[in-house]
Amino acid sequence: MKKKYDNLITYGIVILAFIIFQVLAATGNLSSHMRGLLVPMTYYAVIAVALNLCVGILGELSIGHCGFMCIGAFTSAFFSKVTQNVLPTAPRFILAFVVGIAFAALFGFLIGIPVLRLKGDYLAIVTLAFGEIIKTVINAFYIGIDKHGLHFSLKNAMELGMEPDGEVIVNGAMGITGTPHDANFTISIVVLLLALFVVQNLVNSRDGRAIMAIRDNAIAAEATGINITKYKMLAFVISAAIAGAAGVLYSHNITSLTASSQYFGFNASIMILVYVVLGGIGNIRGSVIAACILYVLPELLRGLNTYRMLIYSIILIVMMIVNWSPKVIDWRKKTFGRFTVRKGAKA
Amino acid sequence: MSFLTYLISGLSLGSIYAIIALGYTMVYGIAKMLNFAHGDFIMVGCYIIFSVTASLGGNPLLGILVAVVLCTILGITTEFVAYRPLRGAASPLAVLITAIGVSYFLENVALLIFGADIKSFSSVISWEGLSFAGGQLRIQGVTIVTILISVLVLVVLQLFIKKTKQGQAMLAVAEDKGAATLMGIDVNKTIMLTFAIGSALAAIAGALLCSAYPSLSPYTGAMPGIKAFVAAVLGGIGSIPGAMIGGLVLGIVEILSKTYISSQLSDAIVFGILVIVLLVKPTGILGKKIQEKV
Amino acid sequence: MTLLDVNKLSISFGGLRAVDDFNLQIEKGELYGLIGPNGAGKTTVFNLLTGVYKPNEGIIKLDGEDITRKNTVQINQAGIARTFQNIRLFKQMSVIDNVKVGLSERFKYSTLEGVLHVGKYRKVEKEMNEEAMKLLKVFDLDGEKDTLASNLPYGKQRKLEIARAMATNPKLLLLDEPAAGMNPNETKELMDTISLVRKEFGMTILLIEHDMKLVSGICEKLTVLNFGRVLCQGETKEVLANPEVIKAYLG
Repeated sequence: MKKKYDNLITYGIVILAFIIFQVLAATGNLSSHMRGLLVPMTYYAVIAVALNLCVGILGELSIGHCGFMCIGAFTSAFFSKVTQNVLPTAPRFILAFVVGIAFAALFGFLIGIPVLRLKGDYLAIVTLAFGEIIKTVINAFYIGIDKHGLHFSLKNAMELGMEPDGEVIVNGAMGITGTPHDANFTISIVVLLLALFVVQNLVNSRDGRAIMAIRDNAIAAEATGINITKYKMLAFVISAAIAGAAGVLYSHNITSLTASSQYFGFNASIMILVYVVLGGIGNIRGSVIAACILYVLPELLRGLNTYRMLIYSIILIVMMIVNWSPKVIDWRKKTFGRFTVRKGAKA
Repeated sequence: MSFLTYLISGLSLGSIYAIIALGYTMVYGIAKMLNFAHGDFIMVGCYIIFSVTASLGGNPLLGILVAVVLCTILGITTEFVAYRPLRGAASPLAVLITAIGVSYFLENVALLIFGADIKSFSSVISWEGLSFAGGQLRIQGVTIVTILISVLVLVVLQLFIKKTKQGQAMLAVAEDKGAATLMGIDVNKTIMLTFAIGSALAAIAGALLCSAYPSLSPYTGAMPGIKAFVAAVLGGIGSIPGAMIGGLVLGIVEILSKTYISSQLSDAIVFGILVIVLLVKPTGILGKKIQEKV
Repeated sequence: MTLLDVNKLSISFGGLRAVDDFNLQIEKGELYGLIGPNGAGKTTVFNLLTGVYKPNEGIIKLDGEDITRKNTVQINQAGIARTFQNIRLFKQMSVIDNVKVGLSERFKYSTLEGVLHVGKYRKVEKEMNEEAMKLLKVFDLDGEKDTLASNLPYGKQRKLEIARAMATNPKLLLLDEPAAGMNPNETKELMDTISLVRKEFGMTILLIEHDMKLVSGICEKLTVLNFGRVLCQGETKEVLANPEVIKAYLG
């Protein structure tokens, strides 16, 4: 039961980090700038876990995961905005999670139908395409509400044709403004722990093993009686749902939500991929640690910020060559013995 | 008449996509990898031309020449340093992620050298163009040159592959690396040559792209690069005439949907095409089927 | 009693008849060999039997059940398990997890129970571990249960592949050139493993092989394929003495 022990360590690290930050904040040792970074740091860790489920456990590269985050962010923000004056904060935020996660999962399923029929490079580029489609469509989307109900348009706010008392909720490229600021560090940590719980448990279950079997050898998995379509979809939907949860945290931590390229474009998705690669593909705990460090460090060392992306890109290239080049692996086996070579998927 | 104008402008954009897609499709067909950084080679090419002409006051043609040479060197170096070590890696994702890293690297190097502000690129083509029907239909010089160059590139590439030894070697490597090695073909050299050609084409595409759309930033190449990949897939990856057809179709669709549907949604439409093609006919218009051996 | 009954099986690839009018009857408990020169269509037969390819003509029956049009997963569930010529393990998973993948259609709990680790999860996982260890012991792999499959030596990888196939509780086991790439010692050990599988599980086995020594040593009956057609079929001794077989093999 070594694996179980391993999982507990991950939870322990997260809880310990939470306590340390809380103590630092309570004793006034955390700058307001740093306090502002805690929630984003945590939701980046959440989406890194989601992406690692897709890349490390399922073995398919998605470069559109921020699209699912975007879905989660917008659907939940929409829900919170509409019910702002109807529901009290706690049930509203819980329902916002339900809405955001459900929609992200639904889109994961719908997008998964075409995407999972593809493999490798094609799959990656189609996830990118869907991520961009989601972002572009949301940017062109207008939704308003008045006493007659909801109004939709793909042109502009005027086209909604609302009564004078109507309110524009989703305002095209201006997005959603005034979402209630419901997210905080504690809730974010709870979400992260839940995401870890789901993914780590999944990996140690028959479904998880089936998913990893498909990753390692789809032909053999099929011959062993594994339904490839079903398990690929399962992993992809769970991954999308968790990304959606990260989106809910994101949209409830800012006042003005827009589907900008900076946060939801493929460059943002690639950023998450950097976290996953640096933390170790297939290593869930590594993703959390890498996401936190890579997010916070450049924010703290402002001088580093200019060179941040450059350094990340070099890290990405070097990590891939060191970990995956057949020649380098041979060399490492010869020099250090076989035990230093990547231990594969541990969670 | 306005429809014709848009159609021609679509053809022009499509020709640029076609030249980029040719590079993509050759590299994908022969080295079996998606060079995600291909679009950024375009950007590098543009900055080189920009530096030579705007800063050093050189001749645009000299700029293009320098860009072609340097991009070729860049392509070969990238292949050697970043991609070759990962040939035969256990996971096919390894080289793709590395290519993404290279793309990031080039963009950020450009960002550090030239800054994030958009540079206005002066067209390398000074010809005014032609005017028809008493000035109602004007075709810009850059449009005509772009279309002509893309046709020229297509013809030269086809001849190169059909008629030369190196071209035949490329076909052999594309078919089966192992068998090609047994036939005495140097696979590494062949793939390197492919990258060299693809990168040189990227530089030419860059010159044309920035002449038609004269704003240059470190991210100039990324989106056209991805769209050119869509074009390559649409035409059938690995197929040279396919890349040409795919590029033209995509350019026309993009311009027409921008004009008649929505300028905001045109990217979504272009990517939608990729999804539909891969669903309905994953091998594209001219591609052939590949099945994994059991 | 006939376990596998293949009638008039044919498939062509672009005009080439890869397998033509192939017939095969295997009795329960038999160890049957499928031999033939390179490119004779042996692996294609396996791919037809396991639903990787769909035949143009012919019927495949397993234990009386028509499985001709079933897909790979359904055929596995109907009772055919296989190994591959070029070993296909779940390389980045542990030895025991490889076997547990094979067990996962027999030991079930819902996805939700799996994700939350509640309900039947603990009980079924425990049963699964016990069953997997039992299998690993048979194949002498129990000492390496936590080793990554890719770190096993070649001979043991072969064994693990057979163990994984056995975990799906098949009626018929297909072995595709199990001795390929093995030295004489490893081959000897493999022959013992195959005999063991028959003894322990009373398994019916169809085996593709190049290694004539292995074939003549353990197979009771043989079918010789040449250019996609059956050249000769029957008791091992008779088949190996057939002049046509000798001709096909020696040129």
